[in-house]
This record gives sequence, structure tokens and C-alpha cells, in this order.
Amino acid sequence: MHPRTRAGRRRIAALLPLVALLAAAGCGGATVNAGGSSSSSSTAATVGGSTGAGAATGSSTAAGAATAGTTPGTATASGTAAGSGGSAAASPTASTGSGGAGSASMLPVTGSCAPFALAMNDWVGYTADAAVLTYVAEKNLNCKVNQKALKEEIAWQGFSSGQVDVILENWGHADLVAKYIDQQKVAEDAGPTGNLGQIGWYVPPWLAKKYPDITDYKNLNKYADMFKTSESGGQGQLLDGDPSFVTNDEALVKNLKLNYKVVYAGSEAALIQAFRNAEQNKTPVIGYFYSPQWFLSEVPLVKVALPPYTDGCDSDPATIACDYPDYTLNKIISKRFADSGSAAVNLVRNFRWTNADQDLVARYITADKMSPEDAAAKWVQANPDKVAAWLGK
Amino acid sequence: MTAPAQAAQVGELPATTAAVARDRTRRRRLPAAGTTLLALLALWLLARLLLGGRWTLPLAAADLTPLQLRLNDLNDWVSGHRNTSPLFLYFFNEIRLAVDTVGTAFTQVLSRTDVGLGIPEIGWLGTTVLVTALAYAVGNVRVAVLTLAVFCCFVLQGLWADAMDTFALVLASVLFALAIGLPLGIWSGTSRRVHRILTPVLDFMQILPSFAYLAPLVLIFLIGPASAIIATVVFAAPPVIRLTAHGLQQVPAVTREAADSLGVTGWQRLRTVLLPMARRTVVIGINQTFMAALSMVTIASLIGAPGLGLTVAQALQSLDVGTAFNAGVAIVLMAIAFDRVATAAGERTETALRSGRSRRRARRIAVAAALLVAVLAVYLSRTYLWAAEPPTGWPDLGRLLTDVGDTVSGWLQAHLSTVTGGLKDAVTYGVLNPLEALLTGSPFWVTGIVVTVVAWLAGRWRTALTAVLCLAAIVWLGVWQDAMATLAATLLATVAVVVLGVVVGVWMGRSRMADRIIRPVLDAAQTMPAFVYLVPFLALFDASRFTAIVAAVVYAAPAAIKIVADGIAQVPAATVEAATAFGSTRWQVVTRVQLPMSARSLALATNQGLIYALSMVVIGGMVGAGALGYDVVAGLSQDQLFGKGLAAGLTLVALGIVLDRITQAAAGRSGRRPGAARPRARSTAPALPAAGG
Repeated sequence: MHPRTRAGRRRIAALLPLVALLAAAGCGGATVNAGGSSSSSSTAATVGGSTGAGAATGSSTAAGAATAGTTPGTATASGTAAGSGGSAAASPTASTGSGGAGSASMLPVTGSCAPFALAMNDWVGYTADAAVLTYVAEKNLNCKVNQKALKEEIAWQGFSSGQVDVILENWGHADLVAKYIDQQKVAEDAGPTGNLGQIGWYVPPWLAKKYPDITDYKNLNKYADMFKTSESGGQGQLLDGDPSFVTNDEALVKNLKLNYKVVYAGSEAALIQAFRNAEQNKTPVIGYFYSPQWFLSEVPLVKVALPPYTDGCDSDPATIACDYPDYTLNKIISKRFADSGSAAVNLVRNFRWTNADQDLVARYITADKMSPEDAAAKWVQANPDKVAAWLGK
Repeated sequence: MTAPAQAAQVGELPATTAAVARDRTRRRRLPAAGTTLLALLALWLLARLLLGGRWTLPLAAADLTPLQLRLNDLNDWVSGHRNTSPLFLYFFNEIRLAVDTVGTAFTQVLSRTDVGLGIPEIGWLGTTVLVTALAYAVGNVRVAVLTLAVFCCFVLQGLWADAMDTFALVLASVLFALAIGLPLGIWSGTSRRVHRILTPVLDFMQILPSFAYLAPLVLIFLIGPASAIIATVVFAAPPVIRLTAHGLQQVPAVTREAADSLGVTGWQRLRTVLLPMARRTVVIGINQTFMAALSMVTIASLIGAPGLGLTVAQALQSLDVGTAFNAGVAIVLMAIAFDRVATAAGERTETALRSGRSRRRARRIAVAAALLVAVLAVYLSRTYLWAAEPPTGWPDLGRLLTDVGDTVSGWLQAHLSTVTGGLKDAVTYGVLNPLEALLTGSPFWVTGIVVTVVAWLAGRWRTALTAVLCLAAIVWLGVWQDAMATLAATLLATVAVVVLGVVVGVWMGRSRMADRIIRPVLDAAQTMPAFVYLVPFLALFDASRFTAIVAAVVYAAPAAIKIVADGIAQVPAATVEAATAFGSTRWQVVTRVQLPMSARSLALATNQGLIYALSMVVIGGMVGAGALGYDVVAGLSQDQLFGKGLAAGLTLVALGIVLDRITQAAAGRSGRRPGAARPRARSTAPALPAAGG
């Protein structure tokens, strides 16, 4: 896929014996550990017990949200009996999403690694996730990762055709979850990535500084004239339309009685460029945006407060008058992959980091123009404890 | 990228007398048509004023009509039947297997294998020398040197691996396109009925944006080379089919009859008379097919195809203009190399017949020697690592190009964005908004009547009937208002294209020097993926319909300019001299002699301008044009909008067919010579739309 692959693989080949040795040693440890820590959860299978940041507790269920299977609807207990130690890795059902990312209990990463296909959706944050996961999988587990550049919908289709094993950053997609996880049962939730996705209306920082009250939707009508453009037909322009994101904005504008017209920019690049122009030339613009997004580290856009989200307030598309919900970004893996017993399965389940982590790697790629591989290497070297935790050590 | 129009021009130099006669008839008819059109416009405006806002058939961005909802189920239907229906088991799956095998073979030979170090069957040195030798064998020394330079350039740019991925994909696609296209083209060129059936099918293949059907396509053919190749072939095969058919139809009836009188069989006639005489046009068709395939690489990157297209698409994520530019240049270079080689090959077949025996023998020896060297290079690249992998110590041209791209784009944004904003507003408020208001605000049936009358004026009943059917289809598909908004922007873009076409085309047609300098720029504008220049355009004009129009003009103008330039250049020099001798000023020569005598080229340029602009609608949707373009883009990105995206794509086809038939008919009218009924050949349909890159 990239110029990377060839050179990288050769390096790996050279390191192969060493890595294999280390992996074996590490896995052995993890296996023992897992065996020792019997779980209080009701699941039949043993729960992986080794903890990340030195908190040597056996009660993995209480430890936090990092384990796979926190989200409702996950197929649980997918007994991946790794031949080596006979320890079955499972997704504990009882763990709750308490949100703490500090000491997280991780599943044991054991066994050998079969090649797997990783979908590469087309945004930089995703590339950051994928680059780091690929780096760790290839370096530490000696996996072969087939990165496949795909649009989101097509990546999901890949679950049913058996051509995609992992999607690393999924934004909701209730319709696809229903189709591929609930109906076709070809995929399953592999837990959150630790990133929290936020969607909303944003203004460039200079505008928020100059008009502090602009960040409340109630005052937007006051400024509607300022946001008029050649596209908005006399009303204020609300710039929308990254086509990959669901938007309620037309309904919101109507139901909040705002004198704005939704204009569809049509691509993420168009949205980013609009905000960049606005900050550079000190021109007004208001539009739909989201975090985590690498651009926010270049221009820290300011979020406009909409009526707060409450459960179910967005159930009827026509009457929506509330903010977007926060998205717990999660990983999706194919059923086939989940049942394969590959060491990479639990690595993917364990993979978890913060918005700051992702932003940093995304920044290496966009601002510092590093290749995703180099960016991943740099981050991994700086965060050995997080990586060790993913590896179940 | 010899303009497709050249084909249309071949063998029909307008005789002076005919042109003068035509000029006279034209002048007599024009006022009548002109008044009708004016009256029509007045009535339309009146209707808009009186009935404005009623029967406009709007549809909100998130809404779907029942028909579109039903189209939504297409994906489910496909995935439900994939493993059970015999259609899939014995037809689609077999096709997929065959195409996959060939595609993988090309990739393994040129770009990568799955074993060991992943080194391809033919490494760097082998590929470079082999393509150079082949360029020499089919062309001449000049194009061989060009090919060598281009392939070395990929190394200098640091894009060798990506370029080979793209090269393998494009070669495999072109192979399939030719395997299907040449026989179909020949059939269509020899049978009127086949031609008539095939034409709308080809329209479909070329105008329906691949974004609209990518999802089901990938469900059928899965993620992998097969889907990428098939999507490319659907788009790239039509030019070679159309131009092959056109080349055969262009062979003068006299020649056919002469051959028949010698008692040849149908097959003999085809092989010895028709095909040799059509060869030049066929080569142009092959050329256009290659260009079309190359313009699909960014789309193929959405469904897992590696290569230059992916580099461009990924660079767009971080708005990295420099990197995208570097990869874009590589695509342009590949296009130019292939174009020049194919053109040289087409010309050589003609000169070879004329050259003497001894020269032919000398050349044969040289070609053999070149191929021998190539075999040696292939051997080396399979044996030694230094020959298999591109050299690493070469100067970094990629860095330089990246910096150039960044600098230019940065400068434009810093210094021009204040001026350009004013331009955008002036055009939008002055022209686009009123035009769009007229089209989207009128009752659908009023606009429908107007379009039908225009169609009748251009081509009488047949064209009018086509118009009615297509308009009905648009209403049925449920995106009428979006279609009208898109139509407004497309019409405006076309006007700009035609103006540019005339101004630059006349300049190029009159000056060999200008032609030589401008033509490569036009080639680059046509093959450079739009993703490369979208970011600076967005910086200059914001996300707006105007940005979309500018992008469409950049892409469509080169074709129109080339057509006009060729038309002007083909006005006989004697006529121009005569006019000058009579004391005409340069202005008079242009307006009274050269332009009227290339009226057919002008009409053709308009037609091509429209079709090319229409093929940029999807790209326009990504930079703020909204309407149909956005519908299609969103349809690919959101499962629940798929049906609407497909409906919007089909609407584009209907719109394209209406516009094409009207302008074709008008072109036929203005180009028709009294007394000489020419077969109505449709050669110059969109030969190169980018469809998304």
C-alpha cells in the first residue's frame, strides 16, 4: 500500500528471531498471569488479568472501561482458546464504562499472529490509530497487517465478504451496526478506542474572542447578517457537509428558529479550508465540525453551545432541537477474526488511548509531514508503558 | 490528448464554397431561431414571475422519495444473493476471478509480489528499459527518450512504487477495455442498428458517476483489483468504442464501393480497407481510453487500489497540496508519455508504408537490438537487487516539486484571496443566482416545455422526444430541483468554456508557436487530478458553487480549446490569404472567415464543454456546489443516502443525454453542408471526463 511496506518488512525479517523470542516470553508471562487471576465476572471464560500501570490487582472487572465489550450489543465471550497456554481470552460483560483510562485491565495477548486486513478510512485521526496499531502489531507480534484504503461503508461491507478484519475508529453508524453486527452477525464491537468524538457547530477563535456571546446559539440570530455569503441567499450561512457525517443541521436551524441556511461544503477539505481562511483573513464563518480532528491543533475552533443533549432528544429527525451526542469511538472487528485466536485480536481489543495521543500522532503526520510509520514509531518510543499495556504485559 | 475532435475533422476539410453557402443559409435561418428563443425566454420569465415557487419539486438534503428508498435496498439485495443466486455464482464470480487473476498478474510483474522482499517479477531497471524499447519499437527515438525520461522521473520524485502500482492497474484496465472495446467498436461501426443501441449504453457508462454505483459494485466484485479494474473499464471503454466506430463510418462510401467492386468479402473489406483507413481515429480512441483509465486512479483508491491516486487522496486529508501536486505531476507525465507514444505509433504505421525497403530493414535491426537490451535489463533486474529496486542516491526531485506546489498554493492564498472573493461574488450575484432562481423557481412543467421547445428547434421531433423522456425521468427520480441547480452551474461553466475555447483556440489555431507552448499546459490541466487543485481553489473562492464552476472550467476548457484550435488550423491557408489580399484586417479575418468556417468545431466544442463540465459535477459537490454533486458524494458516504445518490447519478445521465442531443443536433445543423448528407456519427462524446479525481 505504501512505500513503507517493503523496507519495513525487511527490517522485520531481520529481527524476526529476536522478536519471536521476546513475544514468546511475554506471552508466557501473560498466560500465567491470566491463569492466576480468576475473575469475578459471571462469564465462563477466564478474564485476562495483567494490568497496565502496575496496579497489580486481580479484579479486572472493576479496573475500568478499557476492556472490550463495554458497549451494549457486543457479542461476548468469544472464547479464543489460544493453543499455547490454554487460557481463553474473553470479553468480560460485567465491566462498566466508568470512563477512567488510568489503570486499565487488559486482555492477554497470546499465541501467534495470522495476517489480518485493517481498513484504512480516509481521515488523519484514523490514519494515526492505524499506523500505531500496525507498528505495534508488526514489531511486537510479528503480524502481517494488510492495510486497505477504503471508504467507511465499503469497509463495513468487507466484514460480510470476509475481506476486512478490523475497523479501528468507528463513529456510531447505528445503521451499519444494525446491519452487520445485529442482523448479519459478521462483525462485533471490540471496545472503545478511548477517543471521545464530538460533533457540533464551531467558530474560528478570533470570532469567539471578538464576540464572546457568539458561542451561545441563542445569540446566533444577532449575527446572522455577518455570516451571509453568496451561497446563503440572504440568510446567515451555516457551513455543513462533510458527506461522511450525519447532520441534523437543517432540522436544528428550523427548530431553533435560526435565520440561517445550511450550505453543503461537500468535503472535509472544504470545511477545513473554510475555517483556515476565516482565521487567516479574520472573516466570519460558522460551521459543522468535530473532534478529535488534527486541524483543531492548528486552529483551535470554539464550539457553539446548543441546547444540551438528552437521551432520546434526537429520536425524531424532524423535531430535533438539541446538540449532538458524544460518540464513544469504538473498534469493530469481524467475527471471523475475533474467533481466529490470533494474538492480534486482543491487541486490537486492548488498543486504547486518549484524544491527546491521537492528536499528537495526527500532528506528526500533518504539521511535521512525517510518514504515518515514522509518526507511529516516534509515539511508540515515547509511550512504552501504554504499548506494554496493549500487549497485555 | 489529441482532441477527440480531430477525429471528427479528419477527412472533412470544409471546401470554401460549401462554407460560404452554408454561411448564407445560416444567416437566413438564424434570426428566425433567434426570435423564437427570445420569445421563449420572455414567456419563461413571465411564467417564473407569475407562478414562481409553485411546482418546483424540492427535496430536502436528508429526505428521500419512495423510489430512492427502494433503491436503498439494492445493496441489501446484492449481499443477500451473493452466495446463493446463480447469477453471482456462475457469472459475476467467474468474471471477478478472471479479472482478479489478470490484475494480480500485472501487479506482480510490475509492482509487487507477496513473497520475500515483495520485489516484482520485473524490477526497476527491467521495466524502465523495457518500456523504452517498446516505445521505440512502436514509435520512434524521440518518444523512446521521452518514455525513459518519464520513468526516471518517477524515481527522482520518490514515487516509483506508487507509479508502478498505478501503471499496473491502468495497463490491466486498458487491456480489458480494448479487448471489449475494439470488437464492439468495429461491430458498431459496421452496423447502424448496433450503433443505435450502443450509443445510449455508452452514454450511461460515461456519464453515470462511478461514485453512484461504487458500493454495489464492490459488493459484487469484492474489495480488490477486480472492482478497481471493472470500475475503470466501465468508464474507460466507451472512448475506444465510439472512436473505432466513428473511424469506420468515416471511410468514404466511394472507397467502400471500390473495394466491393473488386469482390472482397466482408471480412476482407474490414481488414484491408476499413481498418487501415480508420487506424488514426482508432489510435486516438485507444489514447483516450488510456487517459480515461488514468483519470480513475483517485476513485480506485477509495476501494483499496494502491498507487498515485491513493497518494493524492491521502494528501487531501491533511490539505497537503505539495504532496498531492508531486503525485499529480507523476500522473500527468504518465499520460503525456503514453499519449506521445500512441500518437507516434499511429503516425508510424502511415510513414512505414511509405518508407523504402532498406530503411525499414535498418529499423528492424535497431528495434531488435533495443529489445535485446531490454531482455538483458529484465534479466539483470531479476537477478540483482540493485537492478530490481529503484536507485536511492538520485537527487530528490519530489522534495522540489512538493515545495513548488506548497509555495505556489501558499502564495495564491496569501495574495489573491481578496481579489478572488470579489470576482466570486460578482459572478454569483450577477449571473448565477438569477439563472438558478429561474431554473429552480419555475414550475417543473414550464421549464420542461422550454427545454423541449429548444430541443425541437435544434433537432426537431426526435430530439424533442428524447428531451421529454429524459425530463420525465428526472421528475420520476425525485431530484428535479437539485438537477436544475446543477444545470444552472453547468450552463454557466459551459459559457465560460466556450469563450475560453474561442479566444485561446483562435490564438492557437493561428499561431504554431502558441499551439506548441499551450498544448502541454492543456494536457496537464486535463490529466491532473482535480483533488490536487481543489485546496487552493477553496482558499481562493471558499466552498461555493463558483469554486465548482472554476474547477469544471479548468477541466473542460482544454478539450474545447483543442477542438477550436484544430478547426481554425484546418481552414485552408488559401482562403485566409485571399481574405487578407482583399484587405481584410486581422479581426475581420478571424470573425468573417476563420470562425464561420469552423462553425462545426465551435458547436462541437460547446457540446464537449457541456459534457466535460457535467462530468465534474461530482467534484463540484465536494467543494460547495451542493445539488446533484453533493447527493452523489453523500450517497457513497452514508448508507441511508445511497438510493438518493444513485438517483442523482441517473439524473445526471438524463441531463447529460438531453444536453448532448440538443448540442449535437445544433452542431449537425450548423455543420451540415447543403446537399451532402453526412452520416450522423457521434464520435466525440465525452472522451476524457475525470469523474472524480
